[in-house]
Amino acid sequence: MATRYGAMEQPELAAGEERASFGDRFKGFLPRLPLHAVLIAVIIIWSVPTIALLISSFRSPQDIASDGWWNALIPPWDFTWSNYDAVLNQRGMGRAFVNSLLITVPVTILVLLIAAAAAYAIAWMEFPLRNGLFLVMVAMLVVPLQMTLIPVLRLYVNLSIDTEVPIIGGRVFGPNSYLGIWLAHTAYGLPFAIFLLRNFFGSLPRDLFESAYLDGASDLRVFFRIVLPLSMPALASLAIFQFLWTWNDLLVALILLGDPNLAPMTLRINSLVSSFGSSYQLLTAAAFVSMAVPLVIFFALQRYFVQGILAGAVKG
Amino acid sequence: MAGVTFENVSKKFGDTYAVKDLSMDIPDKEFLVLVGPSGCGKSTTLRMLAGLDTITSGIIRIGDRIVNNVPAKDRDIAMVFQSYALYPHMSVYDNMAFGLTLRKMPKAEIERRVREAATLLGIENLLNRKPRQLSGGQRQRVALGRAIVRDPAVFLLDEPLSNLDAKLRVQTRAEISKLHQRLGTTFIYVTHDQVEAMTMATKIAVLNLGVLQQLGTPQEVYETPVNVFVAGFIGSPSTNFFNAVMRRDGDAIFVDLGAFKLPVAPQMQKALMPYIDKPIIVGIRPEHIHDAEFTPASTDVAVVPAQVDVTEMLGNETLLHLVAGEHRFLARVDPRTQARPGRDMKVAVDVSSMMFFDPETEMAIR
Repeated sequence: MATRYGAMEQPELAAGEERASFGDRFKGFLPRLPLHAVLIAVIIIWSVPTIALLISSFRSPQDIASDGWWNALIPPWDFTWSNYDAVLNQRGMGRAFVNSLLITVPVTILVLLIAAAAAYAIAWMEFPLRNGLFLVMVAMLVVPLQMTLIPVLRLYVNLSIDTEVPIIGGRVFGPNSYLGIWLAHTAYGLPFAIFLLRNFFGSLPRDLFESAYLDGASDLRVFFRIVLPLSMPALASLAIFQFLWTWNDLLVALILLGDPNLAPMTLRINSLVSSFGSSYQLLTAAAFVSMAVPLVIFFALQRYFVQGILAGAVKG
Repeated sequence: MAGVTFENVSKKFGDTYAVKDLSMDIPDKEFLVLVGPSGCGKSTTLRMLAGLDTITSGIIRIGDRIVNNVPAKDRDIAMVFQSYALYPHMSVYDNMAFGLTLRKMPKAEIERRVREAATLLGIENLLNRKPRQLSGGQRQRVALGRAIVRDPAVFLLDEPLSNLDAKLRVQTRAEISKLHQRLGTTFIYVTHDQVEAMTMATKIAVLNLGVLQQLGTPQEVYETPVNVFVAGFIGSPSTNFFNAVMRRDGDAIFVDLGAFKLPVAPQMQKALMPYIDKPIIVGIRPEHIHDAEFTPASTDVAVVPAQVDVTEMLGNETLLHLVAGEHRFLARVDPRTQARPGRDMKVAVDVSSMMFFDPETEMAIR
């Protein structure tokens, strides 16, 4: 008897549960419908230009000139690699790609290292004028970097060290030197980096630090063994930001790196337009070539990036 | 292994004293509990001893060594934090080994110590887990283990049980007591919970507003509190205080509480003579007020009338909220009591256990 009742009741129960859970899901979904609609709209508005660019980059110059990009979506499709061919086979494009890496990677590493050390000191070490110093650094966020370009350039000219650097090229220091542009980018990136990391480090529980001090750890060891591993999300977010800013920079490179042999992608792409006049079909392809590396970086660090944005919102 | 001495230690934050002129001598192997309400300076005291807070004035010794200017890591102490402060990115093993690694101990010795401590605490099977994979009770054990492996001269524990649920707290309380007996090390334990203080301590230091009120065994602070604060803080439910006047009628001395009068036990009479016809504070613990019908034998009681306001049945005992004239007070009585809210009843006050305090100084009169 008992088994029979059990057997009869079970499917009924299961069905009831399923109904309830579907109902619950539906009830949960309804009030969020407007939110979803807005989100989808925002996503579409934000992606349309990029998609347009992507599609245009596969169209021939005549097509681009004659009608809108959306017409390319209508069959028969007439896509071509010719723009990419032209861009990649440009003289100096490969070199520009390497130059971009030569500028961006050291800058990102420098900013992370210096900002993390500074943020740790400001967040957790006691010294006079600590908060004042932090305030001054945050205040520097307000200074537009354009204002500094001419003074920095003049300073660089005066401090130039004209010896040639082997292999990577350029001079040791001054305009047209990698060291010069590394320092400039690093300095421009530091205020925000320190601001971001200080706030993240500051939110780490004090007990952890005290526990580590009692365990016999020095500041340096606390920094490397406790703070850095626990701050991976913030460091990864910052790395992505800094990488993108430096990679996409045109202005600083334009001022400080006049030498075409040292120029990064952005400068090179810019010169495509100037030298070919209105041939902007090349620009579309070049933009996507230059986007490739940031995309790879983003997807590689994406896991941390999302965590980093959420950091602090959800308590672990 | 070492004792700890505080000599006139003070700590000021700005203009306010967090700890004021604290002197106490904690012998080796003692289990001292620092207890008091929040903001009484107990945590600051512990942190000064740990070296996490500086001392404004005074001397702290661990063993024979003055440690005022010794950095935290060289004080030969280990601390268990309220939040446990486990390193979230390290395994349990690495958490416990971290301090030893920094002290450049050989790997084999570290392994031996960690395994030994883990066995002692029953967490051998958790050594490869990360703290976030552990329950509250397990994290608490890891925090203890991290202190044990260091083999310190003094253990400092800062409210280590306050994040555990009630049942686990009772269990862990007993385990920490056992640990103290096994390790034979000085334990200094901070809590705001007087039950933890009473059950675990060999000595209790009661602090209030940064000032040490009383240092003594649990029995001493319970039976002979030095002032109104200690009498009110130690014991649960807390002591009833009555504003009364001492009176004399021939040879007999009694306290007049308005609604009723209570005779004074013979051994107290001499000390109370100077207070005749003067106000006085009388302290009576709830457990010393009985239902007159269920008075334990061989207690020296005075029976007085009272009205029952609220009854709280706890099974093994019943708490009565009583009213007599202007006084409201609490009694812990036999569960067989017939007392019901709104009714009058007779209560028997244990006269020999009454405590008397000077209303001016709030100090005990003995």
